[in-house]
Amino acid sequence: MFRQVARWLASSVILLFLITALTFVLASMAPGDAAKAILSSQSGSYTAQQYQQTRRALGIDQPLPVQYWHWLDGVLHGSLGTDLFSSQPVTQELNARLGPSLSIILATVIVSGVVGVSLGIVSALRGGALGRLVDVVSLAGLALPNFWLALVLVELLAVKVQVFPATGYVPLGAGPGPWLRSIALPVLTLSAGAVAFVAKQTRDSVSEVMSREFVVMLRARGLSRRSVVLKHALRNAAIPVVTVVGLLLVSLLGGTVLIEDVFSIPGLGQQAVTAAGSHDLPVIEGVAFYFTVIVVLANLLVDLSYRLLNPRVRGS
Amino acid sequence: MTLAASSATTAPGQELPPGGVPAGRARILRELARGPLAVASAAYLATVVVLAIGASGLAPDAPATQDLAHVLSGPGAAHWLGTDRLGRDVLSRLMFGGRVTLLGVAEALVVFAGLGLTLGLVAGFVGGWADRVIARFGDLVLAMPGIIVLLMVLSVFPGDELATMIALALISCPTLLRVVRGSTLAIRGELYITAARLSGLTSLRIMRRHVLPRLVGPVTVQLSLFAAAAVLVQSALSFLGLSTPETQGPSWGNMVGEASDVISQDPWLLVPAGGTIVLTVMALGLLGDAVRDVTAGRHLGPPPRRRDAGPARRAPVRGPAAPATSLLSVRGLTIAFTMARREVTVVRDVSFDVARGEALGIVGESGCGKSVTTRALLGLLPGGGRVTAGSALFGGRDLAAMAERDFSRIRGNMIALISQEPMSGLDPSFRVGSQLTEVVRRHNAVSARQARARAAELLAMVNLPEPGEVLPAYPHELSGGMAQRVSIALALAGNPRLLIADEPTTSLDVTVQAGILALLRELRERLGMAIILVTHDWGVLADLCDRAVVMYAGEVVELASVEDIYRSPRHPYTEGLLAANPRLAPVGDVLPAIPGTVPPPSAWPAGCHFQPRCSYATDHCGAGPIALTAPDPGRLTRCIHSDKMVAAR
Repeated sequence: MFRQVARWLASSVILLFLITALTFVLASMAPGDAAKAILSSQSGSYTAQQYQQTRRALGIDQPLPVQYWHWLDGVLHGSLGTDLFSSQPVTQELNARLGPSLSIILATVIVSGVVGVSLGIVSALRGGALGRLVDVVSLAGLALPNFWLALVLVELLAVKVQVFPATGYVPLGAGPGPWLRSIALPVLTLSAGAVAFVAKQTRDSVSEVMSREFVVMLRARGLSRRSVVLKHALRNAAIPVVTVVGLLLVSLLGGTVLIEDVFSIPGLGQQAVTAAGSHDLPVIEGVAFYFTVIVVLANLLVDLSYRLLNPRVRGS
Repeated sequence: MTLAASSATTAPGQELPPGGVPAGRARILRELARGPLAVASAAYLATVVVLAIGASGLAPDAPATQDLAHVLSGPGAAHWLGTDRLGRDVLSRLMFGGRVTLLGVAEALVVFAGLGLTLGLVAGFVGGWADRVIARFGDLVLAMPGIIVLLMVLSVFPGDELATMIALALISCPTLLRVVRGSTLAIRGELYITAARLSGLTSLRIMRRHVLPRLVGPVTVQLSLFAAAAVLVQSALSFLGLSTPETQGPSWGNMVGEASDVISQDPWLLVPAGGTIVLTVMALGLLGDAVRDVTAGRHLGPPPRRRDAGPARRAPVRGPAAPATSLLSVRGLTIAFTMARREVTVVRDVSFDVARGEALGIVGESGCGKSVTTRALLGLLPGGGRVTAGSALFGGRDLAAMAERDFSRIRGNMIALISQEPMSGLDPSFRVGSQLTEVVRRHNAVSARQARARAAELLAMVNLPEPGEVLPAYPHELSGGMAQRVSIALALAGNPRLLIADEPTTSLDVTVQAGILALLRELRERLGMAIILVTHDWGVLADLCDRAVVMYAGEVVELASVEDIYRSPRHPYTEGLLAANPRLAPVGDVLPAIPGTVPPPSAWPAGCHFQPRCSYATDHCGAGPIALTAPDPGRLTRCIHSDKMVAAR
């Protein structure tokens, strides 16, 4: 157990290091820089001297490895630098944006986990018309571009029938009702694809397990179909499904970027798009750092549940 | 979700079927052409490609021609799909926009296929350190937050579609890499590749001639799924204005973006661009699914429910009445499978009896219907299979006509089953103790504590005297021999009167085999339990059985006492099987194998099923069905030349 934790920690640190370094290199290759962006947003015209001064002030006149070294040093001291535009600490800014993004992601994982797994099981066991229906719904869910679906849902459920607010986010602190209403449309949008994704994988997994020899043998020993399915088949089918839910969590990070843009939700994704446009390197690095940490934690969670479910991995 | 589709593709079951027919391109295309959805998808995609490529000539309008007098006109005769807020023809813009999207997808596909195939082939074929390095690379890339990489690339190359698509391919290629690596490893492990290598073919030639053709199926699946993901990502980035913004001309994604600006005036505009994206992605997905189904050759749907496969149109029971001592009496049992809407008979007119406490062997090569016959006795035929005629009387009830719910009084406590692969017959996720007590409590009204005591007792009965070690073990912690003892203990939990042992020793070491056979003999004597032993091993048969049924290509060809069969077989197939048995042949002689192979049920010859492989065959053998006859009292043969066989000795 200790070795596994050590290995996980080591690989997580390496991953964080590589991703942030890569982001640094890519971001520095971008044409233009933050000094230009700041100066042109302030006045429009500026002198070469002003430009050099701003660069020095921002610390972006130094060679790239030095900049990265400073950044790493900051990370070790719990600081991700300051936003070049607002001069706020990056951690403070991003922490404020973590709530909206995590609300949407976790709510989508729960919705798609419950609905997707149920649909998948039912379609694998019942087949027939219901199975085909799940197939079609899954396919449509995967094929719907979520930015398009978001627009359609806004038109239908926020404009035509005013059930949910079209944009904006209400924090959980303001009460669970308003919070739920504010994330309903984003979660509904992301869930279309997510439910389809989970349902399809669950269906494949359950079908595969049901065709295994031990299922026949359990029936041959007199156990009822009900107990074979509910106890034995589901337990075994859950192993790949857990992995899939982990993958889903990671891919939803990408989904939030689009969704937060469409619904004007002040989350990490929106921040990533803005920062990428304005060369705000500390913020870009910060978002990459946060996203990677979420990915690493999701992988850990998957790994742990995998061990819990699969005795063959647990033993080794 | 846009990135999910690309990472969601390592579904189970995409490996090549072991030893399956190489999935040639021509065969795949032929089978695909049978599915209406696959054909429709291919036709739709072809139309989209033609319209996009030929947009300059085919489009009714230039993409930027404005007609401010007719803005937001809605679909009509002048503009089939209506006009946008600048009065531009939506259909034309859709066609020109398709170029952007399709070009992007094509670029991404080339990079994706190139990288994934090369790395996967190298990893799978070279192995060793190359495999490890490539696997690490794949893990690393998969762990990256893809969207961050894309945003970074877009800030370096603002609005550049090619760069974005290359980046997308790069972060998605590990899924293809893994599939290719897995398939290559599986193929590489097969015998004929080793043979090709020994015969001096170079690695490159082996790869081109043997490996690549087999990869066509799984790779096509991955490509179509990735193409679908690429369409979604390209459209999404274009919608956000990050790649191919509106100023660079129309694309499907930025058309949705424009429609969103006028959503309250004209919601219709969401339909053409959005619908085109949805249909394109669906078509690619359907095509991928169809290729997977064809190449994997597996039927994904669940088996038809037993209610539908009930005991319909049943021929009257023929043959002699069952002896009074009979525990099980099978008469005229005929089993058919429905495959691709055709019903194929796989077992025909099988009759035999099992007396109380008797051990009956069923012998024959693989594919002769031995296992199917025994599974039918438990109502456990695999999907698509059903009994079409005959009966199987057990304790006054007909197993062949029994409803599913009545089998609960048979399975485990009247008739039990142990299988060829003891390990795969145990649920890998539960401890031995949990599986044993579950079955004990199913058949006996006992407390949990009594069940545990009984479980330990059962383990002692199968000579596993240390229940403290076995009960808390998981199946993967057992040896093959221990696993088979555990599965015998599981079979004994309900005190069955008949034990069906389907090749119980085939997968075990020779030394372990003897122990299992001794155990079965001992249990038979102690418990008075009858045994049906399915085997292709004469030694195992002689060790345990009194009488034997020889099956060939779905039929009983001979039935006699084991002693009689050994001394003087009355069917040429039995004779051939005996001669091919290494345990009976004189040392030093070459084993005479029976030429040819068992024909599949769809290719059974008319008349005697064995005649194409038989040295005694004459014209009469193929004239019509051969009946079972009794050459001596107490034995049966399905051969018209059985007297000639005796005379020839």
